[in-house]
Amino acid sequence: MLLEVKDLRVEFPTRRGVLTALNGVSFSIAPGEVLGVVGESGAGKSMTGAAIIGLLEPPGRIAGGEIRLEGRRIDNLPLAEMRKIRGKRIGAIFQDPLTTLNPLYTVGRQLVETMQAHLPLSDAEARQRAIGWLEQVGIPAAAQRIDAYPHQFSGGMRQRVVIALALCAEPQLVVADEPTTALDVSIQAQIIALLKRLAREQRTAIMLVTHDMGVIAETADRVAVMYAGRIIEIGPVRDVVRHAQHPYTAGLMASIPPLDRKVERLAQIDGSMPRLNAIPPGCPFSPRCPHVFERCRVARPELMPAGATDAACWLHDQPGASA
Amino acid sequence: MVAFVISRLLQALPVLLVVALISFALFTFVGDPVAAMLSQDASLADRENLIRLLGLDQPWYVQFWKFVGNAVQGEFGLSYRLSRPVSALIAERAPATLELAFCAAAMTLCIGVPLGIFTGIYKDSWVSRLLLTVSLVGVSLPIFVLGMLLILVFAVHLGWLPSFGRGETVQLGWWSSGLLTVSGLKALILPAITLAVFQLTLITRLVRAEMLEVLRTDYIKFARARGLSNRSINFGHALKNTLVPVITIAGLQLGGIIAFAIVTETVFQWPGMGFLFIQSVGAADIPVMAAYLLLISLVFVVINLGVDLLYYLVDPRLRAQR
Ligand SMILES: Nc1ncnc2c1ncn2[C@@H]1O[C@H](COP(=O)(O)OP(=O)(O)O)[C@@H](O)[C@H]1O
Ligand code: SF4
Ligand SMILES: [Mg+2]
Repeated sequence: MLLEVKDLRVEFPTRRGVLTALNGVSFSIAPGEVLGVVGESGAGKSMTGAAIIGLLEPPGRIAGGEIRLEGRRIDNLPLAEMRKIRGKRIGAIFQDPLTTLNPLYTVGRQLVETMQAHLPLSDAEARQRAIGWLEQVGIPAAAQRIDAYPHQFSGGMRQRVVIALALCAEPQLVVADEPTTALDVSIQAQIIALLKRLAREQRTAIMLVTHDMGVIAETADRVAVMYAGRIIEIGPVRDVVRHAQHPYTAGLMASIPPLDRKVERLAQIDGSMPRLNAIPPGCPFSPRCPHVFERCRVARPELMPAGATDAACWLHDQPGASA
Repeated sequence: MVAFVISRLLQALPVLLVVALISFALFTFVGDPVAAMLSQDASLADRENLIRLLGLDQPWYVQFWKFVGNAVQGEFGLSYRLSRPVSALIAERAPATLELAFCAAAMTLCIGVPLGIFTGIYKDSWVSRLLLTVSLVGVSLPIFVLGMLLILVFAVHLGWLPSFGRGETVQLGWWSSGLLTVSGLKALILPAITLAVFQLTLITRLVRAEMLEVLRTDYIKFARARGLSNRSINFGHALKNTLVPVITIAGLQLGGIIAFAIVTETVFQWPGMGFLFIQSVGAADIPVMAAYLLLISLVFVVINLGVDLLYYLVDPRLRAQR
């Protein structure tokens, strides 16, 4: 396994007590694999990504569990060690390309400094490679555009630059947190296709966070569904999309929007995700679940084998039952 | 670029004209220059003569026009109080003020900016907290109180430094410098500190606030995610992004330092333009006051221009717009 996350717990100490933003999150990513991560806003998707690259916003902190990259723990590394992993072994792509790039540096300079932070390259070599990367991500006239500033690019072009920045030190894993959410609908597919192509060429694994089930169905090898700081179902993409085992996933799939529209709220599921300080005992989904039964309200289900996937739902703890 | 400078200068013209009008109005409404210039026993004819000589019988806009024309050539007439050309008085006093302001500004930037960066990066360390608490005192302490405290401690009690004046000066052409003699430098220390403390604490707090703001941005987070070193993130990416607002305030502060040197100069009897201005106010010496007002507004205009040019260098987005 390339990345293994085991029992990850992230807490936020606040004035009103400690909030647990992630609780018992476990999953793994194989080399070259694309893991889709879906779930409502606030489910903990970004938090999971931030924990992996070691950039949780204080006071948020990893309070339990472990994260391993090729078997080596990276959740407790000293800062200097973690810096060698960021960019070099785990790249990141953020949501909004308009705010991700430093407005005062040329895109070329940002590429060059990133590569030189990790690879032994002379200025001239790094610049050559930077031009090569801009060509790779489809920036026209790359040799001239390399000296342009971020504001001189459109949103889509900027996200291409961000992708180049994420991949230029040739990491084994890229954490892409809603890389197309802020983009115009018409270019979202191009950006995803670009990311997918480059990752495949380099055998880079992707943790792809998105709201867009269409993108997941097309891009991901496996899918993790998050709810209230937990993974409630994880499995191969076809099984999760077609034969969801968790009632929440089933509702999510039923709500897949038409390809040309974005839907923020999931219309088919009544109610909303509980706030972190008000997660019900038992199954966190129980207040909204159409199949809820007594056990759900008292005991918390962990991930368990369910059909071809793993789901955290008591329906699968009964002989012969299914959602 | 040149067009930009010219356009900014043209934009500044109305401001300067308004200040000129105010200065001019001082002449007309505040004092009676004729009474001031005539001796007690002058006849009515003498008076009319002088009025004609000074052009005071002309309509106000003609007078104003002449005033502006003279001002452009640095000609402000004679001081009522000292009966010497105002331009000569100002030229004599300007070096003292400029040297004081320059030292205070240098102190402000060389100490204030690094402190701001430090307290921004290490926002939770106890050193930062201590510095911020102290800076609160600096912001709220009135300048004259601080000046008098310093005099009390370092001049009166310890006797290390002089409490007033400029010490010995060296004449370099028309410029009299206090920076080249020991007594001149010693005399400079207390007034410069007095003048700098307020601005210094202000800029420390400003740089800190900007730094905190910038360190929270996505592009800094992304720079970390790219694995850049802390040094390159803090002193390259972050610091450069704090510069634009800091330059604005620093520019205003420099203007403020020169303008508000009045208080410091008065406390230390520093023979600069501010002290001259206060003495002139006491004596209703309108020509000196008018010249001082115009000069200060000119200083602000020039500083603003400098600030705009610096923006232009720092921020590529502004370069693109122009
Ligand atoms: N600074 C913080 N303090 C307390 N709670 C936070 C903080 N930042 C995020 N959270 C909470 O953590 C949870 C997970 O957030 P996030 O990972 O951003 O969700 P997602 O990316 O799935 O939309 C949310 O419920 C959010 O309210
Ligand atoms: S455990 Fe119960 S409440 Fe939770 S999803 Fe399964 S059936 Fe619904
Ligand atoms: Mg998110």
